[in-house]
Amino acid sequence: MKWKFLLPAAIFAAVAVAFAVGLTLDSQRLPSALIDQPVPQFELPPIAAIDDGDPYGGGFSSRNLGGGVALVNVFASWCVPCRVEHPQLMSLARDHGVSIFGINQKDKPEDARAWLERHGDPYRAIGADNDGRVSIDWGVYGVPETFVVDAEGRIRYRHVGPIMERDLTGTLLSMTAELGP
Amino acid sequence: MRAWAVIFLSVLVLASGTQRAGAVEPSEVLSDPALEERAREISQGLRCLVCQNQTIDDSNAGLAKDLRILVRERLMAGDSDQEVMAFITDRYGDFVLLKPPLKTGTLLLWFGPGAILLLGAGALARFYANRRRQGSAGDGGAAKPLSETEKKRLQSLLKNGGEKGNNP
Repeated sequence: MKWKFLLPAAIFAAVAVAFAVGLTLDSQRLPSALIDQPVPQFELPPIAAIDDGDPYGGGFSSRNLGGGVALVNVFASWCVPCRVEHPQLMSLARDHGVSIFGINQKDKPEDARAWLERHGDPYRAIGADNDGRVSIDWGVYGVPETFVVDAEGRIRYRHVGPIMERDLTGTLLSMTAELGP
Repeated sequence: MRAWAVIFLSVLVLASGTQRAGAVEPSEVLSDPALEERAREISQGLRCLVCQNQTIDDSNAGLAKDLRILVRERLMAGDSDQEVMAFITDRYGDFVLLKPPLKTGTLLLWFGPGAILLLGAGALARFYANRRRQGSAGDGGAAKPLSETEKKRLQSLLKNGGEKGNNP
């Protein structure tokens, strides 16, 4: 009975801890339902040809994945944060030799091409997801999103929003290194 | 007075009207009214992931529209309501459901408030039980009569308006 005077303090501490955890949780950071699942089956055409030129990007399908660790990046020329993450994607591909595949979501072919010409093309292959269906199969909420796929073709990590410098050094590089070449 | 009532009623009617219509665009509506009704019902249970506290039925976001069309396509293909829900949760997880399913991970969510209510009710019941027990024990709960010294002090307080030394 002696400890009873501590009860209000203990209740306060419990509530305070619950609130502290609740308030610091990032409600935007949602786990993907697809973590550790095999990548969805899909087949995307390349970015469509303009006039009588050739299509661009080669197309992207689930067959491209599973041969090694790869990033799958959902991007669009109309997406402003994509502009922010683009240098990091370029650096991943150029300086660190990471395979990146692109899903170009709901873009106009001419806009997508102009974007890649202007900012560089870090992608091994690009598929055009014109109606957004393949993005839904990947559980994408918004653009940009990036997935880490391991050599067995399983989704291991999902990054929501633009990849910043700190995400490169913090998670993505160590993750791709850990999962192997 | 009557004018206000008319305004109030028309606002009510308008508000309920927009609620019913949601964000579904005419081009999305299925020709089969029964299927459309099911699609509406499913959509109202699915969270728009872009604007997280709206249903996809209410939201104008691009993803919500895509999901509405997807729900209708699955229904047209002959899926049951459960199959449509499973199709969406396979991709987006339970978070997409506005009514979370009952499973071990959500027990606290479902029963936490009830448990806290019971705990509170229990504590309150104990508090009153204790008080009654204390009250009925020994002196029968009646206040003790004042002792002689207390009576004297009360008298002096009533006479002098205060004890000497207390009020400067």
